[in-house]
Amino acid sequence: MQCELDIFFLEAVLNGVLLAGLLALLALGLNLIFGVIDVVWICYAELVMIGMYGINYAYKAGAPFLAAALFGILLVALAGVLLHQLVIRPVLDSAPINQLLVTGGVLFVLQAAATVAFGIDFKTLGIRLGSLNVYDMSFSYSRILTFAVASAAMLLLWLFLSRSYVGIAIRAIAQDRQIMPLMGVDHRNIYLITSGIGGGLAGLAAVLMVVQYDIYPQIGLQFGPLIFMICVLGGLGSMIGGFIAAFLISEFIAVGGSCFATEWGYAIAFLFFMIVMFIRPQGLFGGKA
Amino acid sequence: MLELAGIDAGYSGFQALFGISMSVKAGEAVAVIGANGAGKTTLLRVISGLLPASEGTMTMDGVSLRETPPHKIIATGIAHVPEGRRLFPRLSVENNLKIGAYTPAARAKFVDRLGFVYELFPRLKERRAQLAGTLSGGEQQMCAIGRALMSGPKLVLFDEPSMGLAPVIVAQVFELVRRIRSQGYTVLIVEQNVRQVLKFADRFYLLEAGHIKASGSAEQMLASDDIRKAYMGL
Repeated sequence: MQCELDIFFLEAVLNGVLLAGLLALLALGLNLIFGVIDVVWICYAELVMIGMYGINYAYKAGAPFLAAALFGILLVALAGVLLHQLVIRPVLDSAPINQLLVTGGVLFVLQAAATVAFGIDFKTLGIRLGSLNVYDMSFSYSRILTFAVASAAMLLLWLFLSRSYVGIAIRAIAQDRQIMPLMGVDHRNIYLITSGIGGGLAGLAAVLMVVQYDIYPQIGLQFGPLIFMICVLGGLGSMIGGFIAAFLISEFIAVGGSCFATEWGYAIAFLFFMIVMFIRPQGLFGGKA
Repeated sequence: MLELAGIDAGYSGFQALFGISMSVKAGEAVAVIGANGAGKTTLLRVISGLLPASEGTMTMDGVSLRETPPHKIIATGIAHVPEGRRLFPRLSVENNLKIGAYTPAARAKFVDRLGFVYELFPRLKERRAQLAGTLSGGEQQMCAIGRALMSGPKLVLFDEPSMGLAPVIVAQVFELVRRIRSQGYTVLIVEQNVRQVLKFADRFYLLEAGHIKASGSAEQMLASDDIRKAYMGL
């Protein structure tokens, strides 16, 4: 254990901030879906995995990276719309446990399908961006880029939700579903748009992840539970809560990992999560328990 | 303007309205009075499409409302100020008004109508950036009415606008409804506070256990001993 307030500690803190950008983006998509449709996409991380494979194959087929990235975003946005239309919609009025089971089922179907279709070997795009060295600290450019793009995407989404008619309708529907017809809003359209945006955010996360991580069918298991933990910690459905929780958890992982060992970082983060759950079961910013 | 003939409606396993026939003509203020649970709110919910009717016909300026999907009824010129106001508490006053102008036709006139609503209720303009959930009861009612006007309706449905408000505020709210009326809107109001509606409504329907039991002008209603005793305590 070497936890001193030195430059490596600062490096760990800053790396935590960079990691938080990606986690906040992932949590945002899940919170948006839950806040508006009241359904948890258990298979959210698997949608990201599908996006990563899509980008991988498009890139290796010769598409420029930006085109492959756009393809990945649209692919997952479409997957989100299909998920809503084919899987969620029939169970919208069912008990929450049934909704969890169907999206949980999709998780296993996607994982199994990816294993059959793409094999179990690790795939990589082979893009290496190098790293930025400041004094004795080192930050990978892919993480910096990820943080910048994720922040820009969140800002754009915030502008959309606070300025546009559809964005305001998305927020309104999360507050009072029943009276939306009185406003002339067809909730089915809003659900589809929200699912598309939620999928698109997962697709963007996939773009940011393919430059940092290898792709394999079970990659969702690596960060899926982490995203759920962040969402629940922040208060499921609270976008601000998810954002702050992403920073908290990332710091526990990065600083804890730097002071002890990487695995300890995750353990400390989960311990913190459990303590908060005992004190505030509804999450830090959750309204409904 | 609005015509209902033989409307039946209800909730699963429970019929709330039986053969309702009524009409509202352009420029009128019509009130539906009746006790708690008589079906007043249900009637408004059926008109604005929140609850489907099971029998009968219902038209707005000749357009069949039963064949119009709920979110398109607003385009026929009907706006509904729901029971309990139902503002979006965590949206600003201005965004509440904006969502009232969601339909494509209303979006084109958003700026003009926002100006009109702010002129009608200067209080809302002062509080436009405030979250609707933090407004006082009377201000919330202004916001709910303003939101309904943003769609550019011909007919405004009011569901118990005085409910849950302090007695001092109640008089102010009826003043608001009167002001809406004087702006040329047709009004259909459902209310338990019969004394207050008597002051401005042209015609009445009395609803009892889902049936229309009586109808007529304010004078005719006042002339009926039963009505005076049962609903006004006179």
